[in-house]
Amino acid sequence: MGFFLALIGRTARLSLGAGGGAFTGLVFFLSVVSVVPFGVGPDMPLLARIGPAMLWIAALLATLLGLDRLFQDDRDDGTLDQLILSGLPLELVVLAKATGHWLATGLPLVIGTPVFGLILGLDGTAIGLVTLTLLLGTPALTFIGAIGAALITALRRGGLLVAVLVLPFTIPVLIFGVSTVSAATTDGPSIATPLLILVALSLASAVIGPIAGAAAIRAALD
Amino acid sequence: MRQLSVCDLAVERGGRPILADLSFTLRSRELLLVTGRNGAGKSTLLRAIAGLLPHVAGTISIDPADGPVGEHAHYFGHLDGLKSSLTVADNLALWTRIAGAPGVDIIAALEEVGLDHLDDLPAAYLSAGQRRRVGLARLLLVRRPLWLLDEPTSALDAEAEATFGDLLAAHLARGGLAIAATHRPMPVPATATLALEAR
Repeated sequence: MGFFLALIGRTARLSLGAGGGAFTGLVFFLSVVSVVPFGVGPDMPLLARIGPAMLWIAALLATLLGLDRLFQDDRDDGTLDQLILSGLPLELVVLAKATGHWLATGLPLVIGTPVFGLILGLDGTAIGLVTLTLLLGTPALTFIGAIGAALITALRRGGLLVAVLVLPFTIPVLIFGVSTVSAATTDGPSIATPLLILVALSLASAVIGPIAGAAAIRAALD
Repeated sequence: MRQLSVCDLAVERGGRPILADLSFTLRSRELLLVTGRNGAGKSTLLRAIAGLLPHVAGTISIDPADGPVGEHAHYFGHLDGLKSSLTVADNLALWTRIAGAPGVDIIAALEEVGLDHLDDLPAAYLSAGQRRRVGLARLLLVRRPLWLLDEPTSALDAEAEATFGDLLAAHLARGGLAIAATHRPMPVPATATLALEAR
C-alpha cells in the first residue's frame, strides 16, 4: 500500500514538474475556451448555451494531450522494468500512474473551470454543474486514456496517436457530462440520471482501464 | 540455501530463436558469469529470468520461494531508471516503500556507493558512472536474493569497481545468488561460466 501511494505521488510530481505538465494542459484548456468566443461571435446567449459543451471538449482534449508519455518515459529509462519487478501487480501500477496523472492534470482543469466558465458567460448553476461533472468525469477520461498510453508504449509511437485511439471511447463520457448540465437548464429528465451514468462510467473505467492497460504493457514485453 | 533452476529454456525475439535448450542451476553464494559475443543472448537470458521477456519453452524457478522469480530478483541493466528532475534521494525513495523492504536508510545506501554528499542533487547532473552507482544503491535498499547484472562494471571507475566488488561479495556471503553478463573481468571470482553461442 505504501508503494502504491508513493507511486501515485511520484507520478503526480513528475507530471507537474516536467515540461508538458499540468500548467501546459491548463493553458491549452484556457486557449481553446478563449478561442471559442472569437469563432462564434459576440452572441452571449449562444455562448452560454454551448459553453458547457465547449468546456467539456476543451477538458477532453487537454486530458488526452499529456497522456502519451505516461508509460513511454518509464519504458525508455528502464523504470518500467523496475516497476514490473516491484511485486506490485501491473494493474495496480497502471492504476497508480493514471491516478497520479489525473491529480496533476485533471484536477487543475476542474479547479480552473469556474474561471473559464465566466469567460463563456455561463450562469452560476451551469458553472457549478460543469465543475461537478468534470470532477466526476475527467477520471474516466484519464483511465480510458491510460489504455491508449499503454498501447502506444508497445508501438513506440507517440503524440496524436493516443488521441486518435482514445477519442471514440470517450464519447459516452462527453455525452453524459454535457447532458447533466443541459438537463438542469432545460425541462427534461432529472439531472440524477445522466449524473449517475457519468459516475458509473468513471468507476467502470477505473477497473477496465488498469486491466486493459496492464494487458497491453505485458503484450509489449520484448 | 536457495537454488535457481533453469530447465530447457528457449527464448525467441522477433520470431528468431535466441536461446534454446539452456539448463543450469545456481545455488546460494554462487556467481554465474555469462559470456558470449554481442548478440549471443546474454541480456536476453537475464531479462527472461527476471520475467521481463516471455519464454517459449522451459521453466525458471527459485526455491524455496513463492511467486514469480522476478519478485525475488534485482535487474541491474543498461537503463538506470533515474528521473532527471528528481533528486538522487527522491529517485531512491520510491523503492524504500516496496513491500518487504527493510528499514535501510537512503543515506546509508548512498554512503556505501560513495554518493552520500550528492543526495539532494537532481539526477540530471550526475555523470554516467554516478548514475550507475545510484543504481547500485537501489540494490542495497531492497534485499533480494538474486542479482541479475547486465554489464555491471561498465562506466564505473577503478574505485567504484572495487566498491561494487565488495558489495557483490557481501551479497554472496549473505547467501545471495548472482548472474553477471559481462565482457570484462569481474572483481569477484566466478563460481561457474556459461558461454553462449551466437545463433
